[in-house]
Amino acid sequence: MAKQHVKMTVNGKEVEALADPRTLLIHFLREDLKITGPHIGCETSHCGACTVDIDGKSVKSCTMFVGQAHGADITTVEGLVNADGSLGVIQEMFREHHGLQCGYCTPGMITRAHRLLQENPTPTEEDIRFGMAGNLCRCTGYQNIVKAVAHAADALNAQKEAAE
Amino acid sequence: MTDQTLTPEQRVANLKGMGSARKRVEDVRFTQGKGNYVDDIKLDGMLFGDFVRSPYAHARVKSIDTEAAMAVPGVVAVLTAADLEPLNLHWMPTLAGDKQMVLADGKVLFQGQEVAFVVAEDRYAAADAVELVEVDYEELPVLVDPFKAELPDAPVLREDIAGQTEGAHGPRRHDNHIFTWEAGDKDATQAVLDEADVVAEEMVYYHRTHPCPLETCGSVASMDPVTGKLTLWGTFQAPHAVRTVASLISGIAEHNIRVISPDIGGGFGNKVGVYPGYVCSIVASIVTGKPVKWVEDRMENLMSTAFARDYWMAGKISATKEGKITGLWCHTTADHGAFDACADPTKFPAGFMNICTGSYDIPTAYLAVDGIYTNKAPGGVAYRCSFRVTEAAYFIERMIEVLAIKLNMDAAELRRINFIKKEQFPYNSALGWEYDSGDYHTAWDKALEAVDYKGLRAEQAQRLEDFKAGKTRKLLGIGLTHFTEIVGAGPVKNCDILGMGMFDSCEIRIHPTGSAIARLGTISQGQGHATTFAQIIASEIGLPADDITLEEGDTDTAPYGLGTYGSRSTPVAGAATAMAARKIRAKAQMIAAYLLEVHDNDLEWDIDRFAVKGAPERFKTMKEIAFAAYNQAIPGLEPGLEAVSYYDPPNMTYPFGAYICVLDVDVDTGEVDIRSFYALDDCGTRINPMIIEGQVHGGLTEALAIAMGQEIAYDEMGNVKTGTLMDFFLPTAVETPNYTTDHTTTPSPHHPIGAKGVGESPNVGGVPCFSNAVHDAFRPFGLTQSHMPHDHWRVWQTANKLGLHG
Ligand code: FES
Ligand code: FES
Repeated sequence: MAKQHVKMTVNGKEVEALADPRTLLIHFLREDLKITGPHIGCETSHCGACTVDIDGKSVKSCTMFVGQAHGADITTVEGLVNADGSLGVIQEMFREHHGLQCGYCTPGMITRAHRLLQENPTPTEEDIRFGMAGNLCRCTGYQNIVKAVAHAADALNAQKEAAE
Repeated sequence: MTDQTLTPEQRVANLKGMGSARKRVEDVRFTQGKGNYVDDIKLDGMLFGDFVRSPYAHARVKSIDTEAAMAVPGVVAVLTAADLEPLNLHWMPTLAGDKQMVLADGKVLFQGQEVAFVVAEDRYAAADAVELVEVDYEELPVLVDPFKAELPDAPVLREDIAGQTEGAHGPRRHDNHIFTWEAGDKDATQAVLDEADVVAEEMVYYHRTHPCPLETCGSVASMDPVTGKLTLWGTFQAPHAVRTVASLISGIAEHNIRVISPDIGGGFGNKVGVYPGYVCSIVASIVTGKPVKWVEDRMENLMSTAFARDYWMAGKISATKEGKITGLWCHTTADHGAFDACADPTKFPAGFMNICTGSYDIPTAYLAVDGIYTNKAPGGVAYRCSFRVTEAAYFIERMIEVLAIKLNMDAAELRRINFIKKEQFPYNSALGWEYDSGDYHTAWDKALEAVDYKGLRAEQAQRLEDFKAGKTRKLLGIGLTHFTEIVGAGPVKNCDILGMGMFDSCEIRIHPTGSAIARLGTISQGQGHATTFAQIIASEIGLPADDITLEEGDTDTAPYGLGTYGSRSTPVAGAATAMAARKIRAKAQMIAAYLLEVHDNDLEWDIDRFAVKGAPERFKTMKEIAFAAYNQAIPGLEPGLEAVSYYDPPNMTYPFGAYICVLDVDVDTGEVDIRSFYALDDCGTRINPMIIEGQVHGGLTEALAIAMGQEIAYDEMGNVKTGTLMDFFLPTAVETPNYTTDHTTTPSPHHPIGAKGVGESPNVGGVPCFSNAVHDAFRPFGLTQSHMPHDHWRVWQTANKLGLHG
């Protein structure tokens, strides 16, 4: 199959590659770029383990061809750490509030929470539950994930206020 | 010394030992996407394997043509049973004493069964080739109903053992019959039932479901052609057992096999079994000389690896007019699918189903379980429970409700008057267990008070009146459960898997500077072992948990152990950890005595040091002792500070709990809305309250899934109807309620630190609690039993059958 030229920004870095056109974005990220934070839980858009942020939207990268991401700006969970390598606010809150157990859903959860809190910086519990409903977790029962996201919202808002 | 200035409380806090809500050390990696799961492993030249699977539930395989598949660019090999046969690997032993086809050998017995294994340079080429393997099938009659399997003219499923009247667990009375397992006194129980004031009878079905961890199963096999050493990474809940099995079936010497369980994305029992994919990846690596990865997709996971439950439990329970239970009878028809691949200890083909007398003092009982072959996937794993304990708990907690209806009694009161009393422990149950400890009445009263049980019943009565008056279309259900689990398998004298005793192990090495590494025979799949086991050590030897590294899952370095499932890590490996730590402390005491120039007996342990009795200012901290162990020549003592313990538990542990669920049922839509859920758990000594709470939330959510919608359903042709996450229910954050957790603490008397294990209690207790709540809502209209899962459609049907739709 003729290879396709793709170019995109991933976690702030320009990447360019030749890829088989039917390559799914998740496989391109995980196998070609070795960005293994996003996981595969279903490959049918149900579980959200593969969630990445593409041009300001949460996207399930298992149901998208790499070519469709040509020219896109992509952020994965790896890109959400602070510049000094320490955990970002949402990551820290997941740890603080025990929002993860096996960790398999976590990259997708955190990436989704990152977008959710930009779409809605002051979510109610219901907003969080609804906004995270595209991401499945088999371990935590969500209660602590919801708590972590709520605390992350507060922490981010406090940061913003302090900066103003 | 700086710590001379610290108070004892500060010194304890510094350790972050048992009882501390220590943050998890695992999370720093996981939250930034730096976990290392099987599918993250990438080796040079690695190939991908993918299965051709049977579309039929029962068919003869007449021929397999691999030519077109082999012609696909990038395809390296296509393996069939014919290729495995010369190696004697076309069949493999199961953990239950049966054998299972690795690749279809002449016939297929369930939809999704492995028929051929394609190996290619990338997963896309492998998937292309899978489509091109041509298999000629001849369809055979399908059996999906275990009750039809034993009819005289039923098709024989397992032709390989046709006519064999003796199986791994005793006599077989039909070609589709696997075993009969009995406990208790049949005649005495019959006599009690015959004479009883009241007998309630019910068929309780616990449907087939699946653990469905978010990460599916997979492996990477790498045979080094130069050294002859096989390295196998995989989603293994029991890496050492996998190594032994791999050695036994492949003939590769055990020291030439290294099994590694990397990070595991949830297990819940799904990753205990040995699957054809593991075997095929090994063979493919041997054949091709390259590493081979196999990772199943979600549909393959749901269709072929490790279902759970599928127990038809016919029950009878008898009582006096006042409600004192006198006898219990249970006959279970257990649908095991095409191969008996349950992961139960050898002597327990129906697991610990004989815990089905539950929390109650039932003087006489009888249990019989018949295992049956059908054209369904093999498995029968303990999905977030100890072996078949959730089936047992569901059975007894339903039977109690059915009896309460028959007696026209309040179900909470019926439970209370039948609980085993605190002073009866250790308690010998009619079906053969010795319950270690419990205080059920205290837990029960605390729970009823916490939810204002009386108030709830009053509200429910009011709701019923309103419903009858046409003011509402919603009924209120109050679900009660008091469960007793049996976990921590187990004593080597009666628990083994494939002949290996179910002990577990821990090795601790203290470094000269006072930090440490501990290695265990278990493997975490999200339970946070790296965090909690370090806490046990911290409390036992007085070094901060933060200075203790914990490693599991590499058979080349970890001591032998039977792995993590059945809530056995804390009861067994946790005990081994405490015992290993105590060996270290004992040696440390001798070193301290030498350093302080006193007799061993003149010293006493004080949080993180040995101090001279009566002179607390004269002491040596564990850190100082560690250094001395490596730099001083102490007469009569070997240098170094290390210990290993293999712990064979004297008994199981018996965690228990009291759960109460309140929900609204919309009779017109069948929708169920969980209003509140209160969970009181008693898991003995609590190591990390934060992690316990997380385990309870997670287990309850899996219980919610099972009770309210999750099932592996087949049509009569043996087609799996719920093979994707579109049809297989996993609750999202929207359906999942908030839970209120609570606890009492009744330590296990025989466990070194009194801990009982908790990971599975919420599933064991949660399922009956949700189900009882739905039943309770309909109790005034005459409902005694409706089968799970209580999805909208089934609840609507229940309402409809009861005439509630006008
Ligand atoms: S893997 Fe993409 S949604 Fe599940
Ligand atoms: S933490 Fe395991 S799936 Fe979410």
